[in-house]
Amino acid sequence: MSIMEYNGGSVVAMKGKNCVAIASDLRLGNQAMTVATNFEKVFPVTDSLYCGLAGLATDVITLRERFRYRVNMYTIKEERQIEPATFAQLVSSTLYERRFGPYFVEPVIAGISKKTGEPFIAAADLIGCLNFAKDFVVCGTASDKLFGVAEGLWEPDMAAEDLFETISQTLMNAVDRDAFSGWGAIVHVITPEKVISRTLKARMD
Amino acid sequence: MNTFVSRFAPSSSALPHSKGAIAVEDDEKYSDLTWGSQAGFGHLGTKGIPSFKVPSLADPSAFLRMHTDDYADPSCRIKIQHGTTTLAFRFKGGIIVAVDSRATAGSYIASGTVKKVIEINPYLLGTMAGGAADCQYWETYLGIECRLHELRNRERISVAAASKFLSNLVYSYKGMGLSMGTMICGWDKTGPALFYVDSDGTRLKGDIFSVGSGSTYAYGVLDQGYHWDLSDEDAQELGRRSIYAAGHRDAYSGNTINLYHVKEQGWEFLGNYDVTKMHYDGPGNVPGATGGGYGYEVRTAGRSASDADAIDTSA
Repeated sequence: MSIMEYNGGSVVAMKGKNCVAIASDLRLGNQAMTVATNFEKVFPVTDSLYCGLAGLATDVITLRERFRYRVNMYTIKEERQIEPATFAQLVSSTLYERRFGPYFVEPVIAGISKKTGEPFIAAADLIGCLNFAKDFVVCGTASDKLFGVAEGLWEPDMAAEDLFETISQTLMNAVDRDAFSGWGAIVHVITPEKVISRTLKARMD
Repeated sequence: MNTFVSRFAPSSSALPHSKGAIAVEDDEKYSDLTWGSQAGFGHLGTKGIPSFKVPSLADPSAFLRMHTDDYADPSCRIKIQHGTTTLAFRFKGGIIVAVDSRATAGSYIASGTVKKVIEINPYLLGTMAGGAADCQYWETYLGIECRLHELRNRERISVAAASKFLSNLVYSYKGMGLSMGTMICGWDKTGPALFYVDSDGTRLKGDIFSVGSGSTYAYGVLDQGYHWDLSDEDAQELGRRSIYAAGHRDAYSGNTINLYHVKEQGWEFLGNYDVTKMHYDGPGNVPGATGGGYGYEVRTAGRSASDADAIDTSA
């Protein structure tokens, strides 16, 4: 069995009009056995930038802490908050440092630039190849299903409320077809003013 | 050449209805007997000796294993339905049969509405775990043989005899890649009877069985709540609760629960219950239900010390 599917879990991010959304499921499994249903895979980086990590749970936690350390060092040295595009490069280089013994994690980044107000989403593979998409990015054990549903539901220039509905429906319907993802979900919608976080009532099997 | 091949491959002379020799050729070559009056079982002949077309290779069973066995090679092309939870238990009121309804192909949930209880006839039930087609086909075939037994002997077949017929049948295919783990449940003149039969040829008589990837979770709840003198309502609730536990914890089980009760007059279908609805709300107003959801978070909400707002700090 693939190490990327050892713990299960999925993350998706979408762009809207002056807003972005990022969502994850809540399952932590040990192969087929569901161990916990409160394992969040999306973490705040700044007040308008979030990072989601799907893959091997031990590496999800390690990388969360490594990113926190490197972002703190950046903030101290630069005396300003990190921009989403800069953070994406930081993620990429952190992962490529382990080119020959990688972290088994696929990151997803979603945020709004403080400088320009532009929404930003990106995803990387486990050794740091960045993918800057203009619509949506997915990763995790349900990634193929997420691609399918997102392709059908996403449309350009959605407002925050529409984006919330779209990303929620995308995630919930995709993980309901995946044995290793689901058991609850959490959604963060980021606007220039505030972040709205909601936990969803999802299927528990 | 394998002994199986010499036994079952084209040599239909002895069997008047046997069309096994041409099993995968043109549709036109099938007689009406094959498709019509015998409902697709025509090629089995009248002697009860099935004859299937096998791959024309030196070792056909090895060929089949190479392309279907996802233990040896998870990336193989032909995937057979695997993940399941099924259970059946005997108690004073008869037998409770409960199953989930999920079919998976790898990590993909191919269906959430599979019927894993096979209604062999009005007083015999079989459960489905392992190869869906194998279970469906051979348990339907068992139904035919049970009816023939009735006509020949003017008496219903015992559950022991029916299950032994099935186990002998699958044993004759041992090593050919049949995959089934089934429970044959019924009521005969000895009372409620329950047998476990699998494709290795194992046949066990017992009071409690659970089969499939989620069986360990189901056993946990079942063993804890089981008692011979359970009331009908409590027994039904136990079956439902056990499959819920497996549906919740096992990635390969879930979606819905199908519940059956085998009684003296034959089996009765009790209902289809959504696993997620059981988690949050419970089965609703049905016999045996204690009210409220089965889910851990639902049952313990506000009662845990880690639940900050629940702790009474005024005292």
